[in-house]
Amino acid sequence: MGLFAKFKAGLARTHDRLTHEIKRIVTRSPKLTAESLEELEAALIAADLGMAVTQQILDAVKRAYESQGTTGHEVFAIARTEVEKNLSSNRAALVQVASGPCVVSIVGVNGTGKTTTSAKLAHLVQSRGQTALLAACDTFRAAAIEQLKLWGARLKVEVIAGAYGADPAAVAHDAVTAAQARKANYLFIDTAGRLHTKHNLMQELHKLHRVIGRQLPGAPHEVLLVLDGSTGMNALNQAREFNKAVPLTGLIVTKLDGTSKGGMVVAIQKELGLPIKFIGLGEQPDDLQPFDAKQFAHALFEVQPA
Amino acid sequence: MFDSLSGKLQNTFRNLRGLGKISETNVSDALRDVRMALLEADVNFKVARDFIERVKAKSIGAEVVQSIQPGQQIVKIIHDELVELLGSTNAALNLVANPSCILMVGLHGSGKTTSSGKLARLIQKQGRQPLLVAADVYRPAAMDQLETLGKQLDLPTFVKRGEKDVLRIAREALDFAKANNRNTIIFDTAGRLQIDEPLVQELVRLRDLVKPQEVLLVLDAATGQEAVNVATHFDQALSITGSILTKLDGDARGGAALSMKAVTGKPIKFAGVGEKLDEFEPFHPERMATRILGMGDVVSLVEKAAEAVDVEDAKRLEEKMRKGEFTLEDFLEQLRQMKKLGPLESIVKMLPGGSEALQGQDLSKQEKEFKHMEAMICGMTPKERKSPQILNAKRRIRIAKGSGVSVTELNTMLNKFAQMQQMMKKMGKFQKMMARMGGGMPGMLRQK
Repeated sequence: MGLFAKFKAGLARTHDRLTHEIKRIVTRSPKLTAESLEELEAALIAADLGMAVTQQILDAVKRAYESQGTTGHEVFAIARTEVEKNLSSNRAALVQVASGPCVVSIVGVNGTGKTTTSAKLAHLVQSRGQTALLAACDTFRAAAIEQLKLWGARLKVEVIAGAYGADPAAVAHDAVTAAQARKANYLFIDTAGRLHTKHNLMQELHKLHRVIGRQLPGAPHEVLLVLDGSTGMNALNQAREFNKAVPLTGLIVTKLDGTSKGGMVVAIQKELGLPIKFIGLGEQPDDLQPFDAKQFAHALFEVQPA
Repeated sequence: MFDSLSGKLQNTFRNLRGLGKISETNVSDALRDVRMALLEADVNFKVARDFIERVKAKSIGAEVVQSIQPGQQIVKIIHDELVELLGSTNAALNLVANPSCILMVGLHGSGKTTSSGKLARLIQKQGRQPLLVAADVYRPAAMDQLETLGKQLDLPTFVKRGEKDVLRIAREALDFAKANNRNTIIFDTAGRLQIDEPLVQELVRLRDLVKPQEVLLVLDAATGQEAVNVATHFDQALSITGSILTKLDGDARGGAALSMKAVTGKPIKFAGVGEKLDEFEPFHPERMATRILGMGDVVSLVEKAAEAVDVEDAKRLEEKMRKGEFTLEDFLEQLRQMKKLGPLESIVKMLPGGSEALQGQDLSKQEKEFKHMEAMICGMTPKERKSPQILNAKRRIRIAKGSGVSVTELNTMLNKFAQMQQMMKKMGKFQKMMARMGGGMPGMLRQK
């Protein structure tokens, strides 16, 4: 399956529902009435786009109708343009570093899929013919280290780990040393899940970054926040707080293979301007796809040939 | 934006104070704010709409019209309505049968394994013999995770590595439970999407085999609009008996709880409030309602304080304050305890109206000052901390240098501390006086 096809297949359910909703609204009542607007609003809210973005799209639709008149499919185009406008248009890939390992720190709240994503990223780098190393810096959660080690064995990627309860910064330090010694292209640091409201844990993360930054200037080169696609508006708080503690370079949205819309990323981009680098579409190693704003918006609002 | 709903509603109604009458349009205006607040809190939009309708019916009535503060009154109605919706009379677990089985189900990463461990701990405390069963055959190391939790709790865990057949695991686990006298069996199942039919059917078969007394849906408090679909699907397929709301120690408003309760009608039984195994409690509808409405969370603040402050320490400190024996050492201790509560900003935010008061305020400055104070005290010898009067110029220069401040700053801090000590002494005396007077008064009255 091609990239685009896979991307679309993953988003198909999301997309079907939304398209269906909008189509239904539009065909039944093409005129812009208070009622049809309310229904459009409901569909947008249901996609977790948040009140601000929903309002923005509604305003755009109203403006467009005032200036262009009513033609059924316009709604899709307007909505798509609005979402696209909010998502950065440049295709975001992983940062490349000229020499030495590129250190990528994977952060996020509990249960968003950091460990799985770290493994998938290592797989992605490998499939490009580069070498990757994984660092098991979640020394808190039971069996987190085993989980990453099993992934490592499956993908044949070396995993640097310490003991449970060890200082994650120390493990990261060892991992950077190992990555330098083995001349690996990438080092992915799987950090422990932490709620963004826990001051101490955010400080711990800050320390981890400071330690590796001292060891390897410029590291971490990427700090990626992993967001659960089914999260609602709290995702914005998560992004905000993590970005405050450890400046983020991008987002990864996981579990988009369900009916979840992941619409909150639009609000996040709008406020923080962070690029969405990848999306997770399943539990297999290659179920991580590069994010493409145009495709995302397109897949969400495109009219399917019946 | 909607941090203080009551404040906002108060504004809406301010102009109406003199009129003494609220029309339906006025209420609608206010309810639009409420609707926004609910949507921002991730309450499903259909659930929010129904809810608003109910509140509207209740609000337009004498109750509101006659109250002096209609805004407050409406907030109260909304709050009570929310509590009623969220609350449940039957939130206890049904564990009468021997053995009783509990099935933990939910999406990926919602916290099933951790909640299983927490639940087992709770059940054991209630005098039953729980057995944890690792029935997640998909996620790498999920079984190890449960086994580790079991070890931490000193509870048996049934693990069969390499086995991919959940039903076989379940059958053997039931036999194991019988042989080892465990009367409550908790099945930690794999995370799955509610629309993944084959995997959901696997759960249905597991349910039919073990005939659980409880099927608990584990739901992340930060779940968005999707919560309705998740809850509906799981309920239809498995007829859940209740749910567990996890990660409530974060700042998600938790509208998902309302959505779920509204569409399934099944009670929310427990709340996960931390990463540690004892951070698990019965669900409080009252607090959840306050939280969804964003009305500040004084209860949580008090709890947070209780968590950070040792009661014994606090008593000792109080005693010292009263007697005027409060030393720099004690002051340092207090500073550190305050730090444990987290950044000042987050503490103030928990107070009703706190977020508004914070606007444009820079608390980090204040925090920096605390940090400096701590450094200065840390730069003193124990002797100096006990009797600051021995601090001569030479000592002062040393401390200032050691803690990276100027001598002036150090002097200011010491002066402030001296003032504080004076105040405390006075307060202590005053309290004693009051106590004596308070004790005397009733007696005097009786004499008459």
